Parts: sequence; structure tokens; C-alpha cells
Amino acid sequence: MAPVIGVVQFPGSNCELDVVEAIEGLGGNGRVLWRRPPISGVDGIVLPGGFAHGDYLRPGAIARFSAVMESVIAFAADGGPVLGICNGFQVLTEAGLLPGALQKNHGLKFRCSQAHIRVETINSAATGTAGVGDVLEIPINHFEGNYTCSPETLDELRANDQIVFRYVDNPNGSTDDIAGVCNAQRNVVGLMPHPERACHPLLGSVDGRSVLGSMLAWTSRGTSALAAPTSASTVR
Amino acid sequence: MIFDCHVDVQLRPGIADPQGSTIERSLPTLGFDGIDGVRVGKSIRFQISADDEAGARSELDDLCARFLTNPVIEDATITLSPAAN
Repeated sequence: MAPVIGVVQFPGSNCELDVVEAIEGLGGNGRVLWRRPPISGVDGIVLPGGFAHGDYLRPGAIARFSAVMESVIAFAADGGPVLGICNGFQVLTEAGLLPGALQKNHGLKFRCSQAHIRVETINSAATGTAGVGDVLEIPINHFEGNYTCSPETLDELRANDQIVFRYVDNPNGSTDDIAGVCNAQRNVVGLMPHPERACHPLLGSVDGRSVLGSMLAWTSRGTSALAAPTSASTVR
Repeated sequence: MIFDCHVDVQLRPGIADPQGSTIERSLPTLGFDGIDGVRVGKSIRFQISADDEAGARSELDDLCARFLTNPVIEDATITLSPAAN
């Protein structure tokens, strides 16, 4: 049966249908979830891009208190794959599901362009079917994508192999060129680029399929596989 | 009692401030020389009801830690004073 991916729609989200379309194109079953809990019957959750709750105060600062987030946090704690894209990444950091924070881009530039990101680890819910060193062309579209964290957190991210994607050409001032990170359990991943916008040849790139396809593949692992590190040779 | 509150939110020391540095870079071309260390934050004002100042401060500390700031990158300075009327 096709895995069911729930795509959370906050007031102000605007990429949920794009994600559903991309998931369905990959053989999954995409389902928009309004922000009311509970979430049930899904194999994975995506927090899509947009401006959840208007991004007031800080992006994600209000969305993290949305009632649906309790379900998302519980789902993640059970080992379910959770992917935050752009604004969804911001929500995940505000909710404490991912380390660090995203602040205004270097030079206060809104960045809307194709970006090249390098896969740094395949041991995550968004890169299991990719290869280390793969360079993916995926659009970015953000003002607050400048990944920031303390030096201690950066050391931990490096030591635990939690940096999932790095920009080839840093567009926003992100610390250590970071475009995406995962949690220590590797089932929660956030990234600023929009893989759902790179899943059809008409959009100029199909590299986003690697990210969303990896998430679909991860749903079949079950929670028991979560803690087991995998090497490149076993996954490829 | 009702207290006037002023929460000054600033990026923590050492955290790069894109707004501050953009403003700072523009200053010489506008004829303002000798200014450095520009930092941009948020100023939030409101009133709070509490039994006493300690109670108000305790609630504000929680509010700042959970909502008004992102402790990963921001600090808050809280100023409390009894409301004028």
C-alpha cells in the first residue's frame, strides 16, 4: 500500500498542495492535514513552506504552539519521519525538534533562485536513497534561511553527522553552509530548499524527488530501524 | 497590581546581525562616520497584572523564554514598573 504522507496546513501555509502533488507523483498518498489534532493514519509528516500564522514575532514562533504540533512531536518521538521544508524547517527549530535557528539572510536579501545543495549524509529520513556527495538542484525562496547555532551545537552537529545538506554556494550566510539538518535520531529533517518544486521536468529539475523519495522509502523501515546507522554501501 | 513592562529583545553576543551590519555599512555613504557595533532588536511593551513584582517578573521570565525570544539566538532584558494609573 502506498505510504500516506500527511502535509500539515497551518493558516498561512502555501506549499501544501505542491507537496501533495509531488508525493503522489512519487507513488505516495499525500493528504493535507488541517492544523487540528489528532494526526493519525499517516506514515510520514511534512511541514510545508509558507508563512504559518503570518510569521509574526518570528517565523514558526506561533505555529509551534499550534495544537497539531503535539501530535507532530509525538509522531517524531515514536520514530516517524518528519520533514520540514523552508517555513516548516523554521517551525521545527522553534519547536525544539531540530537544533539551531534560522534568522534573516546575510545582506537582508530575499533569495529566490535555483540552489545547489550537496548531500552530506545518507543516514537521514530525507537522504536514504541518495548518495553522499550528490549535488541536487533545488529552488530556494526565503528571507530567513540563515542557519545559526552556537559553536557547541555546531560541534555536535558535525560529530553526530547531523548536517544533511550544505549549499555549494552559500546564498544566505548560513553557518558552515548548512542547508539542512536532522535530529540525533535522524527521523526529523529540516531544509530550506523546496524539493516539491523540483519534482517535474517542466520545473527545470527533478532532483527534489531524491529528497521526497527518500522520505517515502524511510516509511517502510519501521521504527526499529531508526537507531541503526547505515553505511553508504548497504543503502546504495 | 498592574505593571508596565518593556521587553527589549536583542540577538545574543556573538550572533551575527544582518540588519545591524546592513545599517552599519550604509552609514558612511550617508555621511555618518565613526559609528560601529550597530545591533537591531525588538522592543515589546505591554501591561501585566500580578500580586507583586516578583510574581510579575516570574511570569515574564517564562513568557520571554517560551515565546518572546528564541533562546538559541536571542536574549531579553525586562524592565518592570508599577503602572501610572
